[in-house]
Amino acid sequence: MSTLGGGKTISSAVQALTFSRRATIIGGLQAGIGILLAGRMAYISVAENERYQLLSESNRVNLTLVPPRRGWLIDRNGKPVANNKTDFRVDIIPDRMRDKEKTISTLAELLALDQETIIRITEELQQASSFQPVQVATGLDWERFAAVSVRLPDLPGVSPRQGFSRFYPTGAAVGHLAGYVGIASAEDYEENPDPILVTPGYKIGKDGLEKTFEDRLQGKPGAKRVEVTARGKIVRELDSRPDTPGKALQLTLDIDLQEYAARRLGPESGAVVVMDCKTGDILTMTSMPSFDPNSFSDGIGQTEYGMLRDDDHVPLRDKALKGLFPPGSTIKPMVSLALLRGGIDPEETVRCGGGMRVGNRFFNCHSNHGSVDMMKANAQSCDTYFYKMALRVGYDSIALMARELGLGATYELPVASQSYGTVPDTQWIIKRHEREWADFDTVNSAIGQGYFLTNPLQLCVMAARMASGRKLEPHLLYDKDRRAAPPLDISPEHLSFVRNAMSEVVNGAGTARRARLPLDNIKLGGKTGTAQVVSLKYGRGGRDVPWKFRDHGLFVCFAPVDNPRYAAAVVIQHGGGSGAAYPVARDVITFLYDREKAMERLEPLEEAWGGDIKTRMDRHLAEYRANLELEKAIAEGRQPPPAAEEGNAANDSAQLGQ
Amino acid sequence: MNDFIPAPIAQLPWRTILLLLVLASFGFVVLYSAAGGSLTPWAGLHMIRFMVFLAMAIVLSRFKERFWKTVAFPVYIVVVIMLLGVELIGAVGGGSQRWLNLGFIRIQPSELMKPAIILAVARFYDLLPPGQIRTWGAVWPLLILVAFPSALILLQPDLGTTITVVTGALTVAFLAGLPMRLFVGGAAAVAVLAPIAFFFGLEDYQQRRVTTFLNPENDPLGAGYHISQSKIAIGSGGIFGKGFLNGTQSHLDYLPEGHTDFVFATMAEEWGLMGGVAVLFCFFLLFRWGLGVAMKAKTRFSQLAAAGLTTTIFFYVAINLMMVMGLAPVVGIPLPFLSHGGSSMMTIMICVGILMSIDRHPGRRGGAFA
Repeated sequence: MSTLGGGKTISSAVQALTFSRRATIIGGLQAGIGILLAGRMAYISVAENERYQLLSESNRVNLTLVPPRRGWLIDRNGKPVANNKTDFRVDIIPDRMRDKEKTISTLAELLALDQETIIRITEELQQASSFQPVQVATGLDWERFAAVSVRLPDLPGVSPRQGFSRFYPTGAAVGHLAGYVGIASAEDYEENPDPILVTPGYKIGKDGLEKTFEDRLQGKPGAKRVEVTARGKIVRELDSRPDTPGKALQLTLDIDLQEYAARRLGPESGAVVVMDCKTGDILTMTSMPSFDPNSFSDGIGQTEYGMLRDDDHVPLRDKALKGLFPPGSTIKPMVSLALLRGGIDPEETVRCGGGMRVGNRFFNCHSNHGSVDMMKANAQSCDTYFYKMALRVGYDSIALMARELGLGATYELPVASQSYGTVPDTQWIIKRHEREWADFDTVNSAIGQGYFLTNPLQLCVMAARMASGRKLEPHLLYDKDRRAAPPLDISPEHLSFVRNAMSEVVNGAGTARRARLPLDNIKLGGKTGTAQVVSLKYGRGGRDVPWKFRDHGLFVCFAPVDNPRYAAAVVIQHGGGSGAAYPVARDVITFLYDREKAMERLEPLEEAWGGDIKTRMDRHLAEYRANLELEKAIAEGRQPPPAAEEGNAANDSAQLGQ
Repeated sequence: MNDFIPAPIAQLPWRTILLLLVLASFGFVVLYSAAGGSLTPWAGLHMIRFMVFLAMAIVLSRFKERFWKTVAFPVYIVVVIMLLGVELIGAVGGGSQRWLNLGFIRIQPSELMKPAIILAVARFYDLLPPGQIRTWGAVWPLLILVAFPSALILLQPDLGTTITVVTGALTVAFLAGLPMRLFVGGAAAVAVLAPIAFFFGLEDYQQRRVTTFLNPENDPLGAGYHISQSKIAIGSGGIFGKGFLNGTQSHLDYLPEGHTDFVFATMAEEWGLMGGVAVLFCFFLLFRWGLGVAMKAKTRFSQLAAAGLTTTIFFYVAINLMMVMGLAPVVGIPLPFLSHGGSSMMTIMICVGILMSIDRHPGRRGGAFA
């Protein structure tokens, strides 16, 4: 038998000795391990106690922030422009999810989500930082909400909540003005890593007044500390602090008027601005088509956004502030003021033979007016008169008057941006175009064409200043700071003459006789404008040419003529002429005095257009979606392409009556 | 002894029984809290089992050394056959299992193998003439004795028990006097082979347990969850603990297996370092008693068996506590007297019963080769 070394014989006695020696070794090893364990435990529970206590607390206690209710936006009468409605919602917290696909498919089943929503959620989950909540659904009814709530243990990362969501009762009518709210972006969170920003249901102002007054509207979040099990089941509520709602913001708007104006614009692309001639309060500032801020605030679907983006009526742009249009003949009363100040006798007549030659170009008038004085030139909008007189007084005095009446300027308003537009003058042209001002520039600018550009708000300010004789500033906030405006440095007789001339436009032998108010004792004064989009050699820009080549229709006005109270400007983009604009102005002003009468006008119109704004937008969306589907089907060869595409835009506005 | 107490009762090893009672009662208290302050489902059953198995241990303590010598090999063979049975039933029934259902009781043969291997190896070295202890003849029978059960247990697969069985057998061999160089060389070989075994021998989930043990924070929600939560429970307990029934880690289900393998963490959260030291001290007394029995034993078999059985219980405690404190991978070994579980308690009480038997009958000096 081989040995394993050590030649010595081993007896039982030696073995017993070996045993006790080795047993001591074993005992020693065991004691060593025992001491190691005691030391390790002491280290964990004493030296690292604080850290582990913290971890244990953060396991146990779940601090949930309660998003504060946003402050309301209210109109001058206290009616809500934006308020909050109770809302059952479901969100996903991506980093708490286990099985992404299963969770989504379970939710889709429980909440009956459509395909587009599922795609949106999946995409947002891929893009979202792990801590950012992804909205699944809002505005749920109690049954669906409860269906998700009871299955929570199987749906880690899903967060159903009862909260508040922003609601704009008038929808699209206040889209541009109010803006909308939305989930804070990753950049917002990086800038200010406040956990409230990533709390489901918390929204911040993204545009418009919601954004400008974010600090005021926001409020302070409440908090709820709850004890939860490892599976997320709430054991008990430890303590809670209620939220402090944001402060309400009162606007100068008359929300009913705003909504009426939006509805009255119908399918047209345009803007309506109405101001109070006493204070400068903006009563309405509507731009249509618009977007529904409720859709945006709920997280807009891709298709709906695509529809808004692709629409040639640019619903995403606020035309009241950022739509620039040549003012056309609407500035003729303003030019008249400049002429009067320049010493022109209003009785002096000019012969209109259908235009005038300046240099080697012939400038058309739209008609052959014969003998024209200042009153008739305004009433019938004779271009020739203004060509001739402007050349006589010199253009810069007109530009000066334009600026005094508020054109070419932006105002102190709590809005994200306003367009300045252009009031061209002899200095401007050198800077901008590096050439001398020429007579044809005077001629063009005197009738609001050429380089002249204004936005609808500016036109309304111009009308309000002429109507009131004061240097009114537009206001949006209904606060005490609205000082009485100082009088304009314009002779009251001149102003009075111009106001009469504007009354003549509507109530006399003027261009807007159909703008007469259907009211006793209240007269409207106004001025029509038709701004050319393309040169006349392509023909008149009326209703017989494609939409985008049609003239813009404009109208500025005020009422009542004898004691002006309201001023308004209406611009219809590619409306085909002023005839598209003044009926809108007439009805909007009517609404201020007699709502019933105004509604009577609107109802048959709306019926012809195919329903109110929401109905039409929904139908538009459905058509857009169907069209997308069809295009996709054609692209994939599932369906033959249709024979020919009809011009949709042409059909849309062809229904405009009057 | 006192005259008032009858001799058979007075002769019982009261000090040991009291020690076990203290440990088991503490386990009862901890399990009572783990169930949210309820006797069911764990604490009551725990105590009943303990009493039953204590009675069994006292019965075992009446057997003399000769009995253990006689049954050492037959028991070993029976348990190996039972392990085979588990494998066969698993293969037929589909899906592996560790239990053998005998109708009236469910037995986990791998647990029984822990004392059985100790007795068998002790018996083998008892029979081996002292002159042969440094020959190959002292080694290969050991390897065979270990190979069968550990292969079968590893197949289940149950790495924790396999290690306990192998290490228990090796400890007895070490105490029997196999040349020291074999152990030194063996340790060196393990150091070399361990990485190889890790990559080729271990199941995926076992590999993950090891890597997770090395770095639990890497996978705080997966396999590292056990270790992280256990450390949080122990660490948040501090010196004096959060108080009876006040543990949050266990009551709110953050601590997995808080009534079985991680019962120590459940205890430490509520009783703190003081509770932990008390438990360690109790175990220290137990092992001191066990090794004392071995040292006092007069026969070779008694010495080896007593030391081996003590070491087996020690492995339970050491591996469990190291695992709970993040010093060893999660292998699934309960903590004696505190963890809820019948099979392991039976094993431990068998070990204790045999130890008490040896304590009672230290034997006479001189044996087969005296």
